[in-house]
Amino acid sequence: MSGPSTYVPQTGFTRWLDSRLPLLRFSHDTMMTFPTPRNLNFWYAFGAILTFCLGAQIVTGIVLAMHFDPSGAVGAVPGSSLAFDSVQSIMRDVNYGWMLRYLHANGASMFFLAVYIHMFRGLYYGSYKAPREILWILGVIIYLLMVITAFMGYVLPWGQMSFWAATVITNLFSSLDQITGGIKAGSHIATWLWGGFAVGDPTLNRFFSLHYLLPFVIAGVVGLHIWALHVPGNNNPLGIDVKGPQDTLPFHPYYTSKDAFYVGLFAILFAFLVFFAPEFVGNPDNNIPANPLVTPPDIVPEWYLLPFYAMLRSIPQKLIGVLVLGGAIVTLAFIPWLDTSRVRSNRFRPLMKQFFWLFVVDCLLLGYCGALSVDAARFGIPMVWVARLGTAYYYAFFWVIMPVVGLIESPKPLPDSIAKSVLGNVAAAPAE
Amino acid sequence: MRFTLSLGLVLGLALAAPAFAADTTTGEQWPLKRQEWSFEGVFGKYDQTDLQHGFQVYKEVCSACHSLNRVAFHTLSEPGGPGFSEAQMKAIAAGYQVLAGPNDKGETTDDKGNPLKRPGIPADYFPPPFPNENAARASNGGALPPDLSLIVAARNGGPDYVFSILTGFHEKTPDGFKVTDGKYFNPYFPGWNISMPPPLQDGQVTFNDWDPKKKATVADEAYAVANFLAWTSEPHLDDRHRIGVGVMVFLIVLSGLLYLSYRQVWKDAH
Repeated sequence: MSGPSTYVPQTGFTRWLDSRLPLLRFSHDTMMTFPTPRNLNFWYAFGAILTFCLGAQIVTGIVLAMHFDPSGAVGAVPGSSLAFDSVQSIMRDVNYGWMLRYLHANGASMFFLAVYIHMFRGLYYGSYKAPREILWILGVIIYLLMVITAFMGYVLPWGQMSFWAATVITNLFSSLDQITGGIKAGSHIATWLWGGFAVGDPTLNRFFSLHYLLPFVIAGVVGLHIWALHVPGNNNPLGIDVKGPQDTLPFHPYYTSKDAFYVGLFAILFAFLVFFAPEFVGNPDNNIPANPLVTPPDIVPEWYLLPFYAMLRSIPQKLIGVLVLGGAIVTLAFIPWLDTSRVRSNRFRPLMKQFFWLFVVDCLLLGYCGALSVDAARFGIPMVWVARLGTAYYYAFFWVIMPVVGLIESPKPLPDSIAKSVLGNVAAAPAE
Repeated sequence: MRFTLSLGLVLGLALAAPAFAADTTTGEQWPLKRQEWSFEGVFGKYDQTDLQHGFQVYKEVCSACHSLNRVAFHTLSEPGGPGFSEAQMKAIAAGYQVLAGPNDKGETTDDKGNPLKRPGIPADYFPPPFPNENAARASNGGALPPDLSLIVAARNGGPDYVFSILTGFHEKTPDGFKVTDGKYFNPYFPGWNISMPPPLQDGQVTFNDWDPKKKATVADEAYAVANFLAWTSEPHLDDRHRIGVGVMVFLIVLSGLLYLSYRQVWKDAH
């Protein structure tokens, strides 16, 4: 869909450059003239919003790293660590350090909010279906990298929740001991991750190193993601293919202007969180310096991992719980082949649409369960059973409902073309 | 947007749902006493008088056992804080004895083996009441009085928690609940057994700017010190709110302009 380049260098210098490194041609073709379906709605703005989030995280993160000391060693404040103290120094002494840190910490939440909407949007409009399978899988890889990066970032302030989240998550690997017999491969992996025999200073050091590295890996995979987008072109809310130039608009100025507006709206929500509720998504326990001798009453991850945490906790057998947790993300990579429908968009799939919204509710419900203590009950119902049901639906949605509904459902008739459905018959008649 | 909002709402419920149970003998924390704080809300700011009163309560009462390790004296006269003058702040600093470095003979202790000390300067931090954790525990029945620098940020309920604990000692012990020896009953403390004896009494602190006949109650003192500790937890809150309002206005105007340009660009596209 990218088609032949329409770039014409205008000056002597750009002609000279174009025959040596066609950087401007590349930018022109990918960011200016790139033909984009004319019917993309609000939900398609999240690509731009996510780019903004990644950029914001990298910029704030680099400056924070200038003031952060990734050491678990005790400094001037007894019972604390240099890492915790340096975060406090950022909050108290560094000029506008509090703003940088709140931007970065809440930026992670906003990043995940945006990525979840982006993923649900892809799921709803069938954006994973041929010819966009690679595009989707790259997205799953980006998401997985985001989870790992965010988790490591959460560990860095070296508060109680940081320390115990690191302990719980790295200990998941030791569940592999159950199937590797006397070798205890899982424990060896955990020891290797820790750089010692428990979470400690070496763990903090390496997590900091990786937390700095992975965002650039993410940026690289985002590059591939956009490349894989630009070959087949955008999917659209109708889920039908672009049939000609009448169906598209150049990316600039149409989608640059539209995306900019939605990035603005997103920034308003982001700023509200940063300036008026910066601890809303945080956990008070992380303002207590890490103490290996005191376990917090409830160890909870950040909100964006709560659905997976609920799955993990709902399974009494540790190894199976870990596999269910990992499988929930791995499953996403198989979606392009699990969906048997020939129609992409749920707009024309009356039955699947209902299962889709039920799935959204299911994810929120799992998140709610993950935030409660394990033995919590609501209306007399033990929530661990709700989490089990939720986990079952999560898997059933992808492995049973998607293949079966695609075969039995009779979709609504698809429109002839994007242009026709947007502009009506009159304007669509003469092919420009 | 609707989806974003509902996600936020569900999320909010999920995170905010506190487990408030009825009054039983289980030791489950009572619902905190919600207070009104001047620093709440979008335009909230610390009240300098409350912060100064709170500082006085900390200095005269809490500091006997609790450190304030992360607070430097110079912040007492900085904008957004208690608003002491520079001279007052220097006098406060000089009123504390802090550990001195080695003297010109290279000694760190005097003839009796006590560490050398000197009066504090603005760059110093509040010195701790005990030289180390073991000394603190030895003086407090084995319990460690926590550092108060971040206490408001580090507890669910923040200033309401601090206020509720400090005013929660007079509650009647429910029938069937046995207070552990050497501990005190306080239903706002998880488990109800707190090692801290009731720290505040009516009239214990005299606020200079008050009518001498008016006695500060425990609630007055608790409210003041909770304000002060909210400030020590987040000294830049005033800045955050002030800048936040400006940022919101800017972003709303910017988004308005972006909306207009978006409509202008798209007006002939459909």
